[in-house]
Amino acid sequence: MNLLWLQSGGCGGCTLSWLGSEQGPLFRLLADEGIEILWHPSLSEACLDDARELIARCADGRESVDVLCVEGSLLRGPRGSGGFHRFGGGARPMIDWIKQIAGRAKHVVAIGSCSAWGGITAAGMNPTDACGLQYDGEMAGGLLGPEFRDPSGLPVINVAGCPPHPDWMTETLAALAHGRLGAAQLDDYGRPRFYADQLVHHGCPRNEYYEFKASAQKHSDQGCLMEHLGCAGTQAHADCNQRLWNGEGSCLRGGYACIRCTEPGFEEPGHAFETTPKVAGIPIGLPADMPKAWFIALAALSKSATPARVRENATADHQLRAPSVKRNKK
Amino acid sequence: MTRRIVGPFNRVEGDLEVTLDIDAGQVAAAYVNSPLYRGFEQILQGKLPADALVLVPRICGICSVAQSAAAALALADAAGIAPPANGRLSANLTLAAENMADHFTHFYLFFMPDFARAEYKSRRWHHGAAERFRATVGTAVNEVLPGRARFMQAMGLLAGKWPHTLAVQPGGSTRPLQSSEVFRLHRIVREFRAFLESVTFGARLEVIAAISSRGELESWAASGQGGDLRSFLAIAADLDLWRLGRGTDRYMSYGCYDEGGRRLFPAGVWHGAPCALDAALIDEDTSHAWYAATGQAQPPAEGSTLPVAEKEGAYSWCKAPRLGGQVVETGALARQMVAGHPLARDMVARDGGSVAARVVARLLELALVLPAMERWLGELVPGEPWCITAGLADETSGTGLVEAARGSLGHWLTVRRGRIHNYQIIAPTTWNFSPRDSGGQPGALEQALAGLPADPAAPLPAAIHHVVRSFDPCMVCTVH
Repeated sequence: MNLLWLQSGGCGGCTLSWLGSEQGPLFRLLADEGIEILWHPSLSEACLDDARELIARCADGRESVDVLCVEGSLLRGPRGSGGFHRFGGGARPMIDWIKQIAGRAKHVVAIGSCSAWGGITAAGMNPTDACGLQYDGEMAGGLLGPEFRDPSGLPVINVAGCPPHPDWMTETLAALAHGRLGAAQLDDYGRPRFYADQLVHHGCPRNEYYEFKASAQKHSDQGCLMEHLGCAGTQAHADCNQRLWNGEGSCLRGGYACIRCTEPGFEEPGHAFETTPKVAGIPIGLPADMPKAWFIALAALSKSATPARVRENATADHQLRAPSVKRNKK
Repeated sequence: MTRRIVGPFNRVEGDLEVTLDIDAGQVAAAYVNSPLYRGFEQILQGKLPADALVLVPRICGICSVAQSAAAALALADAAGIAPPANGRLSANLTLAAENMADHFTHFYLFFMPDFARAEYKSRRWHHGAAERFRATVGTAVNEVLPGRARFMQAMGLLAGKWPHTLAVQPGGSTRPLQSSEVFRLHRIVREFRAFLESVTFGARLEVIAAISSRGELESWAASGQGGDLRSFLAIAADLDLWRLGRGTDRYMSYGCYDEGGRRLFPAGVWHGAPCALDAALIDEDTSHAWYAATGQAQPPAEGSTLPVAEKEGAYSWCKAPRLGGQVVETGALARQMVAGHPLARDMVARDGGSVAARVVARLLELALVLPAMERWLGELVPGEPWCITAGLADETSGTGLVEAARGSLGHWLTVRRGRIHNYQIIAPTTWNFSPRDSGGQPGALEQALAGLPADPAAPLPAAIHHVVRSFDPCMVCTVH
């Protein structure tokens, strides 16, 4: 299975995340899974005319593309011209190249939240009219339109995340190479379910603080970040606290909120990213699938039952009180 | 005279295109174009100041922490706060981890693969270089990526993940480390040291750091065997990379790695002799960039970013920053020139700034900064504070100046009515790859490319690739 990787209105961070793969040498892994990189802008030797020639061959069908990976938002501006990003060495806008190659590729994969939904580049006034391949925020559409399907009937596969975990990318590509990725393996937003059917909350090391609503008040506190510091981990689809990042990391393990970067529209939460919006003291964003009344009742109950150890440690940057040691009486 | 537009240059971070005017077998003039505009300075307008910490790292996937650090410094400056010692050390460690990984990535993934090109087939070193450094399949890349991934586990501990962390805050770090985590970090840094000493240098880091002249560097290389630096030096001698790609020889560094009152690498300017940096002399000229005319160059604190689709004379989305009207080069060589490292000063004294000097300066920094990281780890005190908080006034402003791997990065923030009124960014490659200014003065790369051999029709000589990549350009930062 060959793979063509193109970048547009993004930061290149998905590729950099990928290079942090901890499954052994990345390029050997890909070769071993039967994946051949036709061209990647950061990694391949071919440049200039050689690269342009290859891209032209992919676009007109002289070279067949099994998987087109797109990293970065699709920039439709200014005024629909696509002029905010031309592919170097020519006058043609990148969105035209991508549209043409996507129409021929066997599969199209959006690498990261920019090419999935628009992402950070679409934040604020969205100066470049950025969108995703098949979504514009939560709305189906984007560059390729809601009806787009690859020759096997799949929509754009959205490996969303800002950036995605290296294994989300590798595992998706390997599943495609082995013919194991069908519509049943994608969620409602076209994300591979192997990571999107989890919540960031699952495996969060602050779990005990969450249970007792023992909340961090400020940065570097050890408590739960949901009540005050903007954490959306109970609503965000991803397995970040089960499949850890760069060894033993995750946003929560790094001490800061999950900003739901795998979700469409995450770039405009409607409130300060690191502050939880509340109505009458109750966070607006409640955990996925949790009835509101029960959440409020349980929160009140668990707050009143919080052990002193958990309460005190929650607002400190190191353990003030260790779990007590029980001795069996003889 | 023939005009030739060449692109895309890949194995740079982001998009790059160069227009060459070729005359009598030489580049008569070069025009560097950044063909991608995203508009972060427009996106940031009207946002809550703290939200910049989410947005700005996403300017760049390879300078992500440097962008976070510049924003955190600008916000700290605006709030009038400074982090406690642990927070300061953690910020140093996080930025150093990114910068060192970037130097390492540049050498192995972006720069060295050009020596595997068929153009060099007749050179006696070609076979070895192709086997070792060829893109994606060489022995080096498959050895260094796992080594790099292990080193990046430092980011898992210090910053949660890389790229794009929120751990770097104006008041310090969100990530307090306990003693066993400091120990694990220490092991990661020591392992990377061992990797560099056996694979990259074939020598102790202290031996490399103590080399004080090009003569000493060459006799060190001749006196032993092994290490990819030696392979590079042999190629550099054969291709005379010491006299390729000279820029302005005027260097600038904002300084970095706060060691409590002093910085590991100081701020300054070097032009024939060291002098102080006056950041108030920085302005940005948009005469040759696709932005609404501003009349004259603007200091970044008062700068604006209004893209226009068409503009007479414009050829890039990159503005032209100048220091007191002068073009300066930034990056590892500039940092070490300003810091006064004797090897850097001697390399430039002999043949001026060059492809070889830039590459050696980057590897030299690996040898200088890893030991500093070991020292900072030893200075962390678990149990002492990591982060302080302070409110931000509704009307305030701040500046954050840091050094990313590839050079000087500045953020200029103005807050009005509690919202971001203006946020201007000048990135390292904005300096190095700037277009001409209103006086017609070409940018650093434009100067370095002039005079190189080139043919109107034949494939572009590899030398041009070496010069372009020797700056370690980051094009996504350049325009942002």
